[in-house]
Amino acid sequence: MKKYLPLIILAILSVLPLIGLSSYMMHMLILVIMWSAIGMAWNLLGGYCGQVSFGHAAYFGVGAYTSGILYYKLGISAWWGMPLSVIVVTLFSLLLGYIVLRLRGPFFALATLAMGEVMRVTTENVGGLTGGTLGILIQKRTWVTKFGYYYIILFVAAGTFFLIKKLVESKLGYYFVAIREDQDAAESLGINTTLYKTIALCLSGALTGIAGAFYTNYMGYIDPHVVFALHDISIVTIMIVMVGGVATYWGPLVGAIIMVFLAELIRSIPGLGVAHQTLFGILLIVIIIFLPNGIVGDFNKIKRVFKRGDSLQ
Amino acid sequence: MSLIEVKNVSKHFGGLAAIKDVSFEIKSGEILGLIGPNGAGKTTLFNVVNGFYSPTKGEVSFKGKRISNLQPHEICKLGIARTFQVVKPLQRMSVLDNVVASAFLRAKNKSEAVQIASETLKFTGLYEDKDIISKGLPLGKRKKLEIARALATKPEVLLLDESFAGLNHSELNDSIEIIKKIKERGITIMIIEHHMKVIMAISDRIVVINYGEKIAEGPSQEIRNNPLVIEAYLGEAKSA
Repeated sequence: MKKYLPLIILAILSVLPLIGLSSYMMHMLILVIMWSAIGMAWNLLGGYCGQVSFGHAAYFGVGAYTSGILYYKLGISAWWGMPLSVIVVTLFSLLLGYIVLRLRGPFFALATLAMGEVMRVTTENVGGLTGGTLGILIQKRTWVTKFGYYYIILFVAAGTFFLIKKLVESKLGYYFVAIREDQDAAESLGINTTLYKTIALCLSGALTGIAGAFYTNYMGYIDPHVVFALHDISIVTIMIVMVGGVATYWGPLVGAIIMVFLAELIRSIPGLGVAHQTLFGILLIVIIIFLPNGIVGDFNKIKRVFKRGDSLQ
Repeated sequence: MSLIEVKNVSKHFGGLAAIKDVSFEIKSGEILGLIGPNGAGKTTLFNVVNGFYSPTKGEVSFKGKRISNLQPHEICKLGIARTFQVVKPLQRMSVLDNVVASAFLRAKNKSEAVQIASETLKFTGLYEDKDIISKGLPLGKRKKLEIARALATKPEVLLLDESFAGLNHSELNDSIEIIKKIKERGITIMIIEHHMKVIMAISDRIVVINYGEKIAEGPSQEIRNNPLVIEAYLGEAKSA
């Protein structure tokens, strides 16, 4: 049963749009799937390899702008940005990795945070290429309905899931976790830590970039404040993985479901909506204290609590 | 035949010379003991041989090839493995996974890595604990895990940094047996140890350093009676 769980869930997600969901509901599902793909990508670097990035907006944004610039400057369909972003973001990750991967722990985190901001400011200021703060608007959407978008992002997320599962169970996965647990020990076991950290960063970046390129196509509008946002992209990515479960296969999906719907729910409450980030902050603190491994990672703990509740009644 | 040659190695940290002009060699198949009082520079010397530090002066060569400019992972690939004095288990991995991660260095695929790891765990007597998350292991087993992990990289030379410290009597005997078995496999060993009885018993030769300088080298019987060594450990005869 457990072995087929990914396929079962994929099958359910594949037929879900056919039951006639509203356009709004489809939009929510697309966001959930997109965020879970980004969470999985972050999880590879932050969860398995232990390099906690606060700047995943940089990869997301570069992916989004790869699509945007293709359309804006060259007049090519923005969809080409999805395959092209893999190359662009990988090259970008190599450059970034060269700078930030020599740093460890909190210093790495701070450097990635700075990188995200650097990218935002840069994009704002090279208006000739990026349209500056005006952003890029895609005049004509490919589809009016959501079906096409839904299946494209589902394909991306499923591909990301199976790729990461395959990697984590291979030599690469063992090396990533060894680096996470103790970089010096890993080095002394013959693991080229610089090389494998770079691989993790490039994979994680490229997978995030694809999601970014999808975002451009789906939303039809990007600007530097949206796609390079520290709180709305980088921090939300971390929250999704923290809430769902760090270094678990299903954590990013669970986290994305909770965060997307919760954000929507809180925003719809009058008077409280503006404070949704405050509430997210509180939620994160609660999760870190009571479920440090996230909902998936600490699932047995949650089950125990509920069982105890049953026996009391 | 000398396998590792340490030639005129010095290591400075700022103005402090942790190792001063130390030379010795490790011969193929022997157990070389490295002793000295606390802070003498033993672990620093290990870190130089293993590639964590590059020497300020001098060089280290392995089978005639200079290795003192290589990274630790490259040196490990050449066949020199080490353990750490302050044990560094990969905490949130099981005992088996710890060793599998290191076995991948020589294994072509995962099943081969698991096989090498299982054999190594049986060899070091940790097989029954293979599913325990290594965070929860007692110190004695963690020290063994360090050895197992180093062995799984199939080294020609094994550098053991205080693998006996903090062990109780039966664990100690256990570990001595393992060291002897490793030697029987033809693996050359260099070992740092404070436990004099143990090091005298298992070492073929001993190098003594004090304040970063080599003060004696020779078979254990000779070292035991060397006045310089006695002075280093017990202080000068006059003041005593």
